[in-house]
Amino acid sequence: MIKPGDVVDGFHVGRHLHSGAMGDIYEVAHDGPKLIMKVPRLEPSEGIIGFETEATIVPALRGPHVPRFVAAGDLARTPYLVTEWIDGTNLEEVVNGGPLPPAEVARIGAAVADALHSVHEQETIHLDLKPENVILKTDGTVALIDFGFAHHARYPDLLAEETRFGAGSAAYVSPEQIRGTREDPRADIFALGVTLYEMATGRFPFGEPDADVRNRLWLDPMPPRAYAPAIEPWLQEVILRCLEVDAEKRYQSAAHVAFDLRNPEQIVLTSRATKPRAATFAQQLRRFFKARREHADRPRQLPVPAHRAPIVMVAVDTAHLDDVRQPAIRRATAQVLSLNTEFRLVCVTVFAAGGEHLEHLVRLRHWVDPLRMPAQRISLHAIESDRAAEALVEFARRNHVDLIVLGAPGPAQPERTWWRSVASEVTANAQCSVHVVRVGARET
Amino acid sequence: MILALLSDLHANLGAVRACLKHAEERGAERFAFLGDLVGYGAEPGAVVDLVSDYARRGAVVVRGNHDAAVGEGGRGLNDLAHEAVEWTRTALSAAQKAFLAELPLIVREDDLCFVHSSAERPERWIYVQTNGAARESIEAADATYTFAGHVHEQVLYFHTPTGKTAPFRPSSGSAVPVPSHRRWHAIAGSVGQPRDGNPAAAYALFDSAREEITFFRVPYDHLAAASKIRAAGLPEALAQRIERGA
Repeated sequence: MIKPGDVVDGFHVGRHLHSGAMGDIYEVAHDGPKLIMKVPRLEPSEGIIGFETEATIVPALRGPHVPRFVAAGDLARTPYLVTEWIDGTNLEEVVNGGPLPPAEVARIGAAVADALHSVHEQETIHLDLKPENVILKTDGTVALIDFGFAHHARYPDLLAEETRFGAGSAAYVSPEQIRGTREDPRADIFALGVTLYEMATGRFPFGEPDADVRNRLWLDPMPPRAYAPAIEPWLQEVILRCLEVDAEKRYQSAAHVAFDLRNPEQIVLTSRATKPRAATFAQQLRRFFKARREHADRPRQLPVPAHRAPIVMVAVDTAHLDDVRQPAIRRATAQVLSLNTEFRLVCVTVFAAGGEHLEHLVRLRHWVDPLRMPAQRISLHAIESDRAAEALVEFARRNHVDLIVLGAPGPAQPERTWWRSVASEVTANAQCSVHVVRVGARET
Repeated sequence: MILALLSDLHANLGAVRACLKHAEERGAERFAFLGDLVGYGAEPGAVVDLVSDYARRGAVVVRGNHDAAVGEGGRGLNDLAHEAVEWTRTALSAAQKAFLAELPLIVREDDLCFVHSSAERPERWIYVQTNGAARESIEAADATYTFAGHVHEQVLYFHTPTGKTAPFRPSSGSAVPVPSHRRWHAIAGSVGQPRDGNPAAAYALFDSAREEITFFRVPYDHLAAASKIRAAGLPEALAQRIERGA
């Protein structure tokens, strides 16, 4: 067994930091960024399965929301996993301090949703999201740790046949996992809902971790506002939507959760928002029998693939609403959205400093009305800035936009050169796809 | 060592050439042909010649049920396959038939096992389509890696840590770690007659040093292959199968 003082494949094993269910974590003495080494305990067997799962998936993950992979030992001889140490506070310590103010719940929740979205985009489902596995970094972003229960679509799932171990942590585990499905990213959205609930109320929606996990197939949790009246209706709306038993009724993408938590004024409130109490005993009984029936049928609804739940952003020049390009941009937007089952349309206008915010929002509403989109799929944003392209690119980046639709003048239209420069700057600098709409010479 | 795994070629010369070229471009040093060189397709002679050329240079070649049927009659084959076998017999030279007749059913090399269907009684041509069948093949193979075909679908079965067997369906071009402390039954898919709705040829590359397997789908001129089937007077359904990939 590896112990402090050993040198393993050139890594100097330092002091023991933590004993987890799966194994031990040691500091690695080393010049440069701080590293840690995870070493599995060979018994019991669950530990080593989780370790092997993590050692397979972590090297495939990229970005600021996961531990950076450094090295892994041969599983058959010297199993270990070296990753970067993530500096920050464990969310569990924060949650243990009692309920957080709603604004803080939204801020941290959005950062966790950002991290989940990044992992989901890499075809990975965490399946054990809980405060203990969330590190709040000093820059306000979040990293997820412990991928020992995770599922990666491109690798064989060692836990696929192991219903006994497939379930993650009892208080956070989703209905899908209880039904034995490990391929649905919406399971993580459910666990995010439990985490938000816990942050907001200091309680677990489905009871303490030792409660019967099967209760979330039917139990209607007490609305968070019943415990903490300071929680605003929009936050209850977001939390209860994440906690829907039926994955189809939840948010279909973590990016949508992040978006709502950052733009609460845009959330369309339903009966969830103001629900004063959990379902009555009779209703709960009906939910219980419904769950039993459905469990017997083992429904296998396929999740919406992440690329079918995009956030599409359309940039609208509200200063020139009668421009010939406007109907063409609207048509292009409608076409893009028609390909997707579950989407968000984010309408953005940038107006020069000193303009009227409300007036531009009214014009934006007027622009989008002909598309006849359901209100809960649309949000409107007027941004005051003198640098339109930069503002659009930054807004898109922050809100996980998948596609930007915007207009550009044709080569023979010198009067709209400003548009041309915005379109080319956005196209050059955006981190997502950009759909540039032009109209032919005949239409101008 | 990078090993190319090609199965169920089914006398489709264009598809075989496309996969071989693709594999050679990716550094394949060795080749294994996992049976059913002939049957269904219009160019059995050319495919047998090509494969026997690789065999002379050290490729592993095992016998499939269609190859066996050429010599033994088509017992147990469906009507379409039977008709194709009858036609194939007339299209092959005596030397080509002798090559097929002499192929081994199973080849074991160190921790590798090559077989057309299942290492469990290979002469029974069992379809490995369940966890149980995969488990029996893995255990009978007595090898870390069993490479097979026969079911015309790319699937990787593996022993889980608790001794169960589970399937994994790979994505084309994505390397899958296959560490040698587990045991694996990899089905390479069909080069010459895919049946999953995607007409592109299927094969796989195994990298023994990195302990990785990568499954590929390779487009080729499948419409030309279908035309050759029609021109040869083989059943129309066989041409349509190539066109649809199903």
